[in-house]
Amino acid sequence: MTTTTGATATAQREITYLQAVNEALHHEMERDSKVFVAGIDLAARGDVFGTTRGILSRFGSERILDTPISENAIVGLAVGSALQGLRPVVSVMFIDFIGVCFDVILNQMAKNKYMFGGKARLPLVVLANAGAGGGMAAQHSQSLEALLCHIPGLKVVMPSMAADAKGLLTSAIREDNPVFFVQHKRCARLRGHVPEGEYVVPLGKARVVREGRDATVVATAYMVHEALAAAERLAERGIEIEIVDPRTLQPLDIETILASVQKTHRVLTVHEAVQFGGIGAEITSQIVAEAFDHLDAPPARLGGPWSPVPYSVVLEREWIVNADKIHDAVVALVEGGEG
Amino acid sequence: MTTARQIDAEQLLYMYRTMVTIREFEETAGRLAEQAKIPGAVHLYAGEEAIAVGVCAHLDPADTITSTHRGHGHCIAKGGDVRRMFAELFGKSEGYCRGKGGSMHIADLDIGILGANGIVGGGPPIAVGAAFAAKYQGNGRVCVCFTGDGATNEGTWHEAINFAALHRLPAIFVIENNHYGEFTPQERQGAIARLADRAASYGIPGVSIDGQDVIAVYEAAREAIERARRGDGPTIIEGDTYRFYNHTGMSEGDPRPQEERAAWRQRDPIAILRGVLEQRAILSGESAERIHEEVRREVEGAIRFAEAAPYPDPSELLTDVYSD
Ligand SMILES: Cc1ncc(C[n+]2csc(CCOP(=O)(O)OP(=O)(O)O)c2C)c(N)n1
Ligand SMILES: [Mg+2]
Repeated sequence: MTTTTGATATAQREITYLQAVNEALHHEMERDSKVFVAGIDLAARGDVFGTTRGILSRFGSERILDTPISENAIVGLAVGSALQGLRPVVSVMFIDFIGVCFDVILNQMAKNKYMFGGKARLPLVVLANAGAGGGMAAQHSQSLEALLCHIPGLKVVMPSMAADAKGLLTSAIREDNPVFFVQHKRCARLRGHVPEGEYVVPLGKARVVREGRDATVVATAYMVHEALAAAERLAERGIEIEIVDPRTLQPLDIETILASVQKTHRVLTVHEAVQFGGIGAEITSQIVAEAFDHLDAPPARLGGPWSPVPYSVVLEREWIVNADKIHDAVVALVEGGEG
Repeated sequence: MTTARQIDAEQLLYMYRTMVTIREFEETAGRLAEQAKIPGAVHLYAGEEAIAVGVCAHLDPADTITSTHRGHGHCIAKGGDVRRMFAELFGKSEGYCRGKGGSMHIADLDIGILGANGIVGGGPPIAVGAAFAAKYQGNGRVCVCFTGDGATNEGTWHEAINFAALHRLPAIFVIENNHYGEFTPQERQGAIARLADRAASYGIPGVSIDGQDVIAVYEAAREAIERARRGDGPTIIEGDTYRFYNHTGMSEGDPRPQEERAAWRQRDPIAILRGVLEQRAILSGESAERIHEEVRREVEGAIRFAEAAPYPDPSELLTDVYSD
C-alpha cells in the first residue's frame, strides 16, 4: 500500500512485469464478467510463472479453471467459447507447447472469421512464455513469435517492459480478435513504473525506448534490455543508438520504425528467435522497400543461430544474442568493418 | 499368481540394487540442483522406482522405451550409465547428449532409450513408431512407453494407443499414476478413477497394480511383454505410486498435504522389497548396507567423473542440427 498521495506517487510506483500482467488480468476480470481464465495450474497455483496469483481467491473457480494437460482442449476452449460470446484468456505455459495444439491455432482460431465470411468474432487471448536463458533446453526455450506472425488472422504482442505488459494485455483482452500475448521469461522479474488502475496501450503501436542519431536498433522482448545495455557502452564510444520496441509484432507499426530509420539512416534488427525467417527479416525487407534511399549502410540483423537451444550453460550462453553482440553489430554498422 | 518365491534371488537383488541406485542418483541430483550446480529443472523419480525397475527387468538392450520429463529412473533401469547421466546434467561433453539435452532429454539409442521428453505426451506417438519398426523388421523387440497420469489427458496418448491396438503392435503403455500433474491432483484432471479403465475403449487389456510393490509390477509387466512379443498387441499398465519430492527439485514449495506425503513414505518401494528379501533371507542388514554403500560410491564416482569432464567446445553449437 502506498501512503503517499497524488498523481506523482502513482506514476512513480514500480512493480514487476509479472505483477503488471497480473494487474491487467484483475482489472479486466473486474470490468467484464465475460472474461475468464483457463490453463494448467493457473487457478490454485496461480500459474507456474506466477501470472494468475490471487485470481482464484478474488474471482472464484467459475472464472479461473485449472485444466487437464490437454492443450488442444485448452485452446479449443478459447475458440469455442469466444465464438459463443465469452472473452477467454488461456495459457499454453511455454510457447513451445503450441506444437501440441497447432491445428486449433493455425486452422481454427486464425481462420474462422474469414472462412465464415466475417460472421464470427474471436475475442480471445493466449498467454505464452518464450525465451532461453534458464538451462531449460530445446523444448522449453524457444521464441516462436515469427511462426505466429505468419498466420493471417492472429495478432501477436511481445512486450518488453512492465507498463507495456499491463497496457497491452488490457488491449488484448478488449480486442475482438485472437491475440497471442508472448511474455519473455527473462522480462518477468524486471521492474518498471506502471500506472495504477486502468492502463491501456493500443495494439500495433511501437515505442521509441531510447532516442539516438547514429543508428536505429529495432529490438523485441528481452533484447530491448540487452540493447539498452549495449547503448550505454556505445555512448562511451560516441555512438548514440535509437532503440525502437515494436511491442506488437502483428500488426507491425512500420511507420514508427521508418521514421526512426529516416532520422538515423542505419538499422539493426535484434531478436532472440533464430535469425532465419525471423521478424527481423520482415522488418528489414519493409525498410528496404520503403526507405532504401535513406539508408547509408545495408541493414543488419541479429538473431539466434540455426540450431535448437542447447542445454549446457556454455553453449546456451553462446547461443543467445546479448549486449556484446549488439554492441559489435552496431559498431560494424556505424563505423564499417569489424567491431 | 506368481509370487516372489518364484522370482530368483539374483533377479530380486538386481532390482533392489537398481532401485537403490535410482534413489541415490535422484537425491544427489536434487541436492546439486538446489546448489545450482545443475541448471534448468530436474524432475525426481524418487518414490516411483519400482515401476521403471519392475518393467525394465524384462527388457533386453535392444528393446526400446520412451520416457518422460521424469526420466532418470527409466534410464537407469534400462541400463543407463550414471556417469554419463551426471555429465549430461552438468552440461558436459561426456554427457549422454554431449551437453545439448540435459535432464529432460537424456537418450541412449544404443540401449533402446529413445529419449526422455520435455513435452508431456511426447513419447506415446514415438512408441508407436518404435513398436511398428519391431513388427516390420520381425525382430521380436517391444517398446515400453512410460508416461505420467497427467499425460493420459493429452490427445497424443489416445491416438497412439488406438493405433498400436489396431495393428497389434508390440507396445506396452505404462502409466505412472503418482496422482498429480504438476500441482493439480488427478481427480481434478479427469473424471475416471482408474486410468487403466481407458483400455476398454481401445479393445486392449488394462491392469491397475500397486506401483510400490516391484514384484507386482514385475508380474504385470511380464504378462504384458509376453503378450506383446507374441503379437497379441498392447496392454495398459497403471501403477499406483507417488513422488517423494516436489514436481521439480526437492521439497521446497510442495503443496501436497503433509499427511499424504507421510503416508506414502510408509510405502517406500525400496523398504517394501527389502522386507520381502529379508523375510526370504536373501538379504541381511549387513548385505543390504553393503549394497547401499556400493551404490553411494558408484554415484560419488559418477559425480567426480562428471565434474572432471570438459564442457563442450563452443564450436559444437552448430553441429548435429542435421545428419551429414
Ligand atoms: C505439452 C506439455 N504441456 C505441459 C507441460 C508442463 N508440464 C511438465 S510436467 C507436467 C505434469 C505432468 O504430469 P504427469 O504426466 O502426471 O507426470 P508427473 O510429472 O506426475 O510424473 C506438466 C503439465 C509440458 N511439459 N508439456
Ligand atoms: Mg503425475
